[in-house]
Amino acid sequence: MVSLALKRLDAVPLFVPAILLLGLLGVVAGQLDQLPHSVAAAPFPETVRIEPRPYSYRASGDFQQDGVPINGPLVSLAAPAPLDIMRFEVREDEYRRCVEAGACEATSARGIRDDFPVTGVSFEDATAYARWLSSATGQTWRLPTIEEWAFAAGSKAVDHALKVETDGSNQADRWLATYDQETAAVVEGPSAPGPFGNFGVNEFGVADLSANVWEWTETCLTRTTLPTNPHDDATSIVSCGVRYLEGRHRSPMNVFVRDARGGGCSAGVPPENLGFRLVRQAPWYAGVVGWFSWP
Amino acid sequence: MENDEHINVSRRTLLAGAAFAGVIGSVLVNLPSAAEEAVPVGPAPDLGSLQRVKVDLVKPPFVHDHEQVATGGPKVVEFTLTIKEMPLTIDDAGTVIQAMTFNGSVPGPLLVVHQNDYVELTLVNPETNTLQHNIDFHAATGALGGGGLTLINPGEQVKLRFKATRAGVFVYHCAPGGPMIPWHVVSGMNGAIMVLPREGLKDGAGNAITYDKIYYVGEQDFYVPRDEDGNYRAYESPGDGYADMLEVMKTLTPTHEVFNGAVGSLTGDKAMTASVGETVLIIHSQANRDTRPHLIGGHGDHVWPGGKFANKPDVDLETWFVAGGSAGAAVYTFLQPGLYAYVNHNLIEAVELGATAHFKVEGTWNDDLMAQVEAPTPIA
Repeated sequence: MVSLALKRLDAVPLFVPAILLLGLLGVVAGQLDQLPHSVAAAPFPETVRIEPRPYSYRASGDFQQDGVPINGPLVSLAAPAPLDIMRFEVREDEYRRCVEAGACEATSARGIRDDFPVTGVSFEDATAYARWLSSATGQTWRLPTIEEWAFAAGSKAVDHALKVETDGSNQADRWLATYDQETAAVVEGPSAPGPFGNFGVNEFGVADLSANVWEWTETCLTRTTLPTNPHDDATSIVSCGVRYLEGRHRSPMNVFVRDARGGGCSAGVPPENLGFRLVRQAPWYAGVVGWFSWP
Repeated sequence: MENDEHINVSRRTLLAGAAFAGVIGSVLVNLPSAAEEAVPVGPAPDLGSLQRVKVDLVKPPFVHDHEQVATGGPKVVEFTLTIKEMPLTIDDAGTVIQAMTFNGSVPGPLLVVHQNDYVELTLVNPETNTLQHNIDFHAATGALGGGGLTLINPGEQVKLRFKATRAGVFVYHCAPGGPMIPWHVVSGMNGAIMVLPREGLKDGAGNAITYDKIYYVGEQDFYVPRDEDGNYRAYESPGDGYADMLEVMKTLTPTHEVFNGAVGSLTGDKAMTASVGETVLIIHSQANRDTRPHLIGGHGDHVWPGGKFANKPDVDLETWFVAGGSAGAAVYTFLQPGLYAYVNHNLIEAVELGATAHFKVEGTWNDDLMAQVEAPTPIA
């Protein structure tokens, strides 16, 4: 599956010259032509551009070595591509437009104010919204990956690595440490969301990160087994029926779940509210048409 | 308008109380003759010679210090319960109910005495409250469990004495008559008393059972009305919400089923704790509705599902049934470290409605009892 996708990507450059020659001006004209209508249907969300910088984040997924769960590695990136991400989480009033357009399902949250982030949304709801927003704006919107989320969250990203040393002889140590760490991370007091912007911005101007709304990411659950011998390959199992939420702690969740609270999680602390923000995918020709001052 | 409604409800409350007092009057008149036929009427005890002990109660899940095996003869044990009507947040979404409580907690505190001790209870209804209250001890004999002798108005107090003749854990609750009874109980006005055998707990073979720790879990069903949008409604006073709440109560479907007054009151930094090798006695009461406690990853070593210690305990239980209107007792010695969930094993009630607690248990892992022989790996 992965290799097929790679082959397709490999083929893309072959088409680029042809499309550049034949379609570039037409595509751009088409986008510009759509703009007035799109704005009426869905105003372009306010975004923040995260400029390239070296950064590191805790690799997503469960990791184990020699049969024992371990912290995932810290991944360092020298200079990722710039990223355009919504300044705020998607709001109730924004989400409602998608519902009214028949492209999104109404959320189960009741009586929430327009200026609150939409909560009670599943991964499926979030991706449906991204599809609708993309078609309404003529841009490509999608959920961020864990990597992108950490890039944009900066100092607000929470490293979920456990701060305990375990030798693997007592697996309960990790369970108890996880429980204590997640307990400590949860916001005190009622977990009802507040108006957008309520929790302040990070150093890049991205608002409400790691507050009481956990944000869906595109990243699938993975379990990676690191080899005993570092020269051997690691093996990974990927399960995309479960995606990660980012926030005060990183939380895997079934894609159809809208409310993780419940209060009954038998071995962990559930996220308080499920919401999301999107990133705008730079079009493949972004580099080429950058000098057209693309929004 | 809301004030008018409130006043009306309060009037109705008082009328209900008055009508109930009449019923009790006739019951009391009949009692002596019935008692005379069955058993000799006990003489008024000379309590002057008995040791008096005054107990300071503590908030659940904790339990006041007590002896497991009684020293000396029966005592007079003095308790004070102060009734407090108060707003109570019952879930992490901030839902607030107008709770009625003994000593400001749901459940009220666990009282501990020994068999044949005399419980001397002072019940206080401060004038800041709006309603009549009383107390019905399932451990007591006669007068509707004491309810017939303890009905007090805001600004009054009353003192009741009863002899704890039967060993076990028993529910107590407010029962001020008619429709007030279930309403007060599901507004939080219940707790439990533990009457220990004087010689302490025994297994089925007569061997002593001692515990290192005791926790009191009071399970509570709440019935919170919703507005037109489906949001939980908040009310200014208990009487204010009475009519709406009654409608929800009559569906017999609680909106919340929680331990110790709120979703998550025994999880996170309030999780109960133990160490491997420690023996824990868990008292579990539900004053209104059946429940079925279960310790995920553990067992009930010795369990009195009905809570009465003259019966031999069941052993090795996975789940035990606690009938609504009673309390059960379970003893367990933790054998493995880690996180345990203690739930009502109707898992919908545990997970969706809130009836979940956690134990954090420290100690050394026992590979003999369990091991992950092979970590998760791709299917060969």
